Order: sequence, then C-alpha cells, then structure tokens
Amino acid sequence: MRFLLLFSRQGKLRLQKWFTPIPEREKKKIIREMTTMVLARQPRSCNFLHWKDLKIIYKRYASLYFCLAIENHENELLALEVIHRYVELLDKYFGNVCELDIIFNFEKAYFILDEFLLGGEIQETSKQIVNRCIESSDMLQETMEEYMSKPAF
Amino acid sequence: CVLHLPLQEMIRAIRSARTQCEERGVIQRECAAIRAQFRQADNGGRSHNLAKLLYVHMLGYPAHFGQMECVRMIASPRYSEKRVGYLGAMMLLDEKQDASLLITNSIKNDLSHSNQYVQSLALCTLACMGSAEMCRDLAPEIDRLLRASNSYIKKKAALCAVHIVRKVHDLGELFAPAARSLLAEKNHGVLHGAVVLITELCERNPETLERFRKTVPDLVQIMKGLVISGYSPEHDVAGISDPFLQVRILRLLRILGRNNEAASDAMNDLLAQVATNTDSTKTVGNAVLYETVLTVLDIKSESGLRVLAVNILGRFLLNNDRNIRYIAMTSLQRIVGTDHNAVQRHRGTIVDCLKDQDASVKRRALELSLALVSATNIRSMMKELLLFLSSCPLELRAQAASGIFNAAERYAPSQRWHIDTILHVLTTAGGDVRDETVPNLIQLITNTSELHCYTVHKLYRALLSDISQQSLVQVACWCIGEYGDLLLRGECQETEPVQVTEDDVLDALETVLQSHMSAPATRGFALTATMKLSTRITDNVDRIRSIVSIYGSCIDVELQQRAVEYNALFKKYDHMRAAVLERMPVIEKNSPGHTNGESTREAVKEVQPAKVKQAETLLPQQPASQVCDLLDLLGGSEEPLQPNPAVGSTLPVLPVSTSSTAGGDLLDLLGGLEPTPLTPAPTVTVYEKGGVTLTLSSEKQSDSGLTVTLTACNSTDSDISSFTLQAAVPKSVQLHMKAPSGDSLPARGAAKVTQMVALSNPNKVNLKMRIRISYTSQGSAFQDTVQVDSFPEH
Repeated sequence: MRFLLLFSRQGKLRLQKWFTPIPEREKKKIIREMTTMVLARQPRSCNFLHWKDLKIIYKRYASLYFCLAIENHENELLALEVIHRYVELLDKYFGNVCELDIIFNFEKAYFILDEFLLGGEIQETSKQIVNRCIESSDMLQETMEEYMSKPAF
Repeated sequence: CVLHLPLQEMIRAIRSARTQCEERGVIQRECAAIRAQFRQADNGGRSHNLAKLLYVHMLGYPAHFGQMECVRMIASPRYSEKRVGYLGAMMLLDEKQDASLLITNSIKNDLSHSNQYVQSLALCTLACMGSAEMCRDLAPEIDRLLRASNSYIKKKAALCAVHIVRKVHDLGELFAPAARSLLAEKNHGVLHGAVVLITELCERNPETLERFRKTVPDLVQIMKGLVISGYSPEHDVAGISDPFLQVRILRLLRILGRNNEAASDAMNDLLAQVATNTDSTKTVGNAVLYETVLTVLDIKSESGLRVLAVNILGRFLLNNDRNIRYIAMTSLQRIVGTDHNAVQRHRGTIVDCLKDQDASVKRRALELSLALVSATNIRSMMKELLLFLSSCPLELRAQAASGIFNAAERYAPSQRWHIDTILHVLTTAGGDVRDETVPNLIQLITNTSELHCYTVHKLYRALLSDISQQSLVQVACWCIGEYGDLLLRGECQETEPVQVTEDDVLDALETVLQSHMSAPATRGFALTATMKLSTRITDNVDRIRSIVSIYGSCIDVELQQRAVEYNALFKKYDHMRAAVLERMPVIEKNSPGHTNGESTREAVKEVQPAKVKQAETLLPQQPASQVCDLLDLLGGSEEPLQPNPAVGSTLPVLPVSTSSTAGGDLLDLLGGLEPTPLTPAPTVTVYEKGGVTLTLSSEKQSDSGLTVTLTACNSTDSDISSFTLQAAVPKSVQLHMKAPSGDSLPARGAAKVTQMVALSNPNKVNLKMRIRISYTSQGSAFQDTVQVDSFPEH
C-alpha cells in the first residue's frame, strides 16, 4: 500500500498516511488529484480507479471518503476489506463512529491505524487484538501520566 | 495576552471560522501560542500543544517549526509525550530532514524499552520513515526482536524488517533465517508478518527464492488449516477464516510456484480445494478466490485447475457486484493471449459488459472484446462494437474507433464489408479517428475497383446528408473527384443508383468548398475533386473553369495555390490535362507494419497540411548509419553504388500532383499489405552459407522495370531472428525495397522470409546488386554480403 487518505465530501482532508517517503509539495498535489478524481465519480460506480502506476481503491462511509492506493500487483478486493476493517476498528473504539469523532480525535485515529497497518502492510488480522492493544495503550497513558482529554460530547 | 486553547477547543474555534481569512487568523494566533509554549520549560501540556500543531498541519498550514519539538518529545520519559512525539515525527519529518537523524538514538533506546507499547512506537516509526542509515544501524536489533520477544513485538519487527529490506536490499540475507523460523508460529499476526517478509525476500533475490521453495509444504499446511478449520471468532470474516492471511499465503505460493513444476505440483490440490470450497457470496470470499485464480494462472498448474480458474472468472463476470465484474475482466485480459479459447467461451458476457453503466467496466470490456475478435466472429462482434461506438463515452471513442479499424483490417470477410465498416465509423465518430484513416481508406477504395461505383454512391449520399465529419467529407470528395463519372451514369450493380446531373455533383462539392464547417484540408480535397471532374464530365466544364478562376484569389494560400495551378492547367497545359487528371492506378503499400503504426502517423504529420508535392520528395526511411554502411560495403568497385531511400516512387513525375496530397501521402504512409503476387519466375540461389540460403527470382515489369524477389530459408537447428536484407545498386538505377514478410527464420526451414525489390533501370546500365544479410542466431549477430551480377529474366 502506498497511501491512505480520508476526506469529506467537500474535499477536506481528515487523515493522511503515507507509506513511502514523498516530499511535502508532492503530497499536496496527490491529495488534490485524489479528491478531485474520487469526488467526481458517479454514485454506483466501480470502486477501483487507475492512477499512474497505482490502483486507487475508494469507498464512501457516510460523509467520509476512504481512499487507498495500492501497487499494481496487490488485490483490489482485499483492499476494500482493509478499508472496511479500519472502519470497523474506528467504530468499535468510538462507538458508532462519525466524521466528527475523527476530526476531534484525529490522533486516536492515527494510533488505531498504526496498530492495524505498518509500513504499508497489514500488521494484525484480528479485530479483537487491535482493539485490546489500543485500550491498553490508552490505559498506559492515563495511569502513568496526565489525563489526555477524551471525546467531550 | 495570548489565548491558549486545549486541543478540542481550538478545533472548534477553527471550524467555526466563517471565512478563510478568519480561519487563518485563528491559526496564526494558535501557532504563535504553540511556539511560545515550545520555548517554555516542561509544563505538562506539551503533548496537547504538539497535537494542536499536527491538526493545523493537516489543514495544510506550515508546521516545520514543530520538528524539533517532536525530537524532544520522543526523548521524553512520559508515554503520552512519546506517543504524540512519534506521531509528529511521522507526520512532519521525513528521512531527508536532518531532524530525523536526531531521533535515531531515541528509537534505538526505545526498541529495547521494558514496556512493549514504547517498543511498539519505535518499531512503528522505524517502519514508517526509517532512512537507509537508520535501517543499517538498527537491523541487528530488529533481527534480535524477530527471534526473541512476544508476538506483539515479533509481528511489528517482521514488518520493520520488510521496510529495512526495501531500503537496503542486501540486508535481506540477514533476516532470512529468522523469517523461516517464524513460519512455525501460531499467532496470525506474526504469521502474516512472516509471510510478507518472506515474500519480500523472495521477490528481491532469486537465490533466496530457491531456498524458500522448501517452505511450500508448510505454507500448504497452514492454508489447509485456515480453509478447513471450524469457526474461529478471532479471525472470522463472513465465514472466511483470516482472509488477509489467506491472500498473502496465496501470493507467496504464486511466487514460489512460478516456473517451477515441483512447487506447482505441491500446491495443486490445495488450490483446487480453496477454489472449490471458498464461499463466494460476499466480497471477502471473492477476494480469496481472486487471489487463488491469479496464482493458478501464474504457476505451472494442471489444465483442469486452469479451466477451473477461468470458470471462476466467468462466474465473476455474471456477478451483480460491479467490482467483481471489473476485476474479472482485468484478469481475463491478462490471459487472453495464453488461454484464448478459454476466454472466448465467455465472449458473450464480456460483450454484454459493453453496455454496463460504469465507465471503468466499459473500458475493460472494450479492450477485452477487441482482443477476442477473430475471423469466425468478426461479423457479430463488429455489430456489437459499432453499436458500442455510437453510444460510448467520449474518452473511449478514439480507442474504440482505432480498435475497430484494426479488427476490420485483419478479419474483413469482404472488401465491401470493410469499406462499409470504415464508412460507418467515420459517420459515427469521424472526429475521433486518427489522421491516417483518410489516406488508408482512399487506398482501400482505389484498390477495390469492382466497388468503385458502389462506394462513390454511398459516399455521395453521405455527403448530401452531413458535411460536418471532416474525414468522411474528405474521402467523399476524393471519391467523387475520381469516380464522379460513375455517379453520372445512373446505374449501379451493388446499390440503388442515383439520378443526378453534373450540376448536382458540382453543387455538392461546392457546398463543401464554401461551408464554414469545412476545414482547410477538406476544402483542398473539394477543390481538387472539382478540378478532376473536368475530365469526367462533358457539359459543365466552364463552371469548373470559373470556380477554379475564383479561388485563384482566395485568401487561403493553399487553396489559392491550387487554384492558380489548376488555372494554368486549363490555360497553358490543356493538352496535358487529361493525362494529369486520369484515374489513379492501384496503389501499393510500401512501409512495414500495419496501419496506425507510429511511423505512419509521423509521416502524415510531416506531410500535412495539404501541400502540393512532387511525387519524388518522399521521406527516406533508412537511418543515416545504414546508408553509410552500405557505402562502405560497396567500397571501391566499378561504379559507385548508391543506396536509395526505401520509399521509392512509382508515380510519374508531374508538374501538378493529380490528387493533391492524397497521392503523395499514400505512398508515404501505407504499410503492411502484400503487393500483388507475381507469376512464378525462375529462381537462382545467390547465397548459401551457415545454413542460410537466399534465392532470387526476377520478373520484367516494363522496358526498364524489374521486380526481384528474394527468399530466405534457414536449414540449421536453431531459430534465426532479426533477419534483415539491405541492397545497393548502381547509381542510375532506382531501387525500392518493399517490406519483408517478416524477420524471423525458424529452424529446419519451417518458414521462409520473402522480400521484393522493385528496380528501375532507365539508362539500361549493367544491372548488379550487392546484398547484405544480417541476422541473429543463438545470441550472436551474423553479417555477410553477396553480389549478384546477373538476373534471371522471365
């Protein structure tokens, strides 16, 4: 996997994870291109696009677009499952996750992602294990150090 | 006093800004506060602060001043600060920045931290942004963690190792042993990481791949366990046990089984089992099936298994889910060359996908349909393709038109069908066809003499109904100019004849001439066609004279020049007019390859815009070095021999080109058609060495013209490739080499290569030809020359 982007229907970026080193300017360009391309798609289109030498897998969940770029030899259908798994993890953690959760707790979204994927590959295939690890890390933060504010609403 | 908002309040404040300007104001204030906080001593709010900066960064604002803070936070003993610090490093730093070097030490320390979550942060960051130096530095530590730690750390270490190998290829060897032993682990996360690592190692190093082939039985066992096992709550996804791991194992098996019979055999049964037992009602099952199919098709699988795989793809084509249909087509496209018959069985479904709503699916269906056209299905396929062309999305039209032309050229069941098909495309999508379509079609029409009457009728009718499609109009004008007399005759065998007068025909051409829709090139065609009619009609020549005279002062320089020249033809050269404007002879193609090749297109662009050219000024096709070589070759013998450009001329030289650019263009462009076959002539062997034989036969075409046929044959046991012939003749002789039938000579005379050479010897000098033979056999290049001093005459 090369990168994962989350953006709203208005094209506002909510999360960006890059799995290969890319200069800042290039990242901005890619984000613009992805949002333009994906937002232009018809409602019941195929979830796969071709862009340069990559395959772009995208899926909309409520008001958020998840956009994952994979190499040509990777499995598109599995990539859809990867996106879905990440959404499930967020959902379990936040309880009926919505875009606002990810906006106000973006660092948590990253922490969860970092327990699921690593270096562009799947790190843990069990949902329960990922959830348990996040909870333990959170606990570590709370018990050992000062309290980091939980979602306030 | 500067506001200092906790993270979420800041986010709220930013979001409630009503304008970009307001937002910038909030951000500026916050950044100032953040900066101030960075400078202060440790106050317990550092992680909030950095988090705020990261949020601001995600909105697109600069945040580089936070880089050093990340470095400081990472070094903090507090977990909450480390966590945000590492996150910040991953977001703000990359390996190119100096600051990233500074965190190497922290990462190193944290890798051996007593708390696994701290270790995890270090591993995560290393795998995300570790530079080559960092990787080299920390590789031994990662290897240690691969062997002796808990599952949580092992699985992360494995992926770190993957990153390290990607950055520093030779470190692969270091991790191979540990990777091997990890396959024995039960933990799925670790197993997955091990499979990914092994895959990476095998892809990078063929020797490593050889060694890891031994793991095929182990991998098969693991897969079996996953496929057969009962419900496992921990890893179940819609009834499939750990599909992520299954897919990775299948991919590794693919790499290990490729080009290896033994390994492929060992996995055959397993693949059949997965293919048959995996539930395909949900996407996740189909993801596994898809990977299985890819593996089966890539390894040396049994034919039964291959058929099974292609059938799965066939089922995918019928799936309601568009995604599944799409990947079915991409997969089928990959194997349409190797498993053509198997894919043909699904042609009907593929053609149906041309009507799919989704543009991506349509594109795949088009590509696949074009690949499936054959001599047996050409008629029905073309119906579908033409239907598709009339309603397909704009971005696919050029591709569709081009594909249709190629298919028509290869498999046309009759000339008339071919012409009709091209005309249909021009009517539907004339604006999207390539430039060389016009001359190609003209050439086709010229050579189909029995259909001249039919064609000119069809085109005349097309012209009457619509003059907007430039390519169609150009061909129509040209045809009317050439064959207008057939229109006037009022009879036609193949189609309903028209009852027109000379004025009607001239009206049609004049409409094109005057229309604002006509491109300059099109008007050129119309004018020339009008002129040509002056020798084909009887009553209205004066009308033509006046049109030509009027355009003599046309603002368009091109038209003006033509008109002036045609005027001259009427006035000063009237005695030549009939000869100049006579019917075009059958045109012979002379450049290699099919239509639509790159070289033909370039040739068109060189000749456009329409310009009257002497038939001789044609593009030389041999590169300069070859020309020099031939000159060397011909060294100091009697007459200096001179190679001629490959594109010769067969039209007589004229003061005015009869068919504007069409004649000149056609000679430049066309390629691929075999010239009309000669009657058999006596052959003589001119070269026989190293198993390669070259025979020559010749036939007199005219008083000074001779056609020579060279035939090459290979009697050795190895195939010969890149077989080329070059020829040189005395200076006054004109030489024109036609395209050879091919450039490979299979072993033991299985096939021959023929090449024709047209010679023109107007000065009737002693005809000699030096031939240079070049080819490659068994990896080595060979070259030889032979001189032919006499030609057997027919």
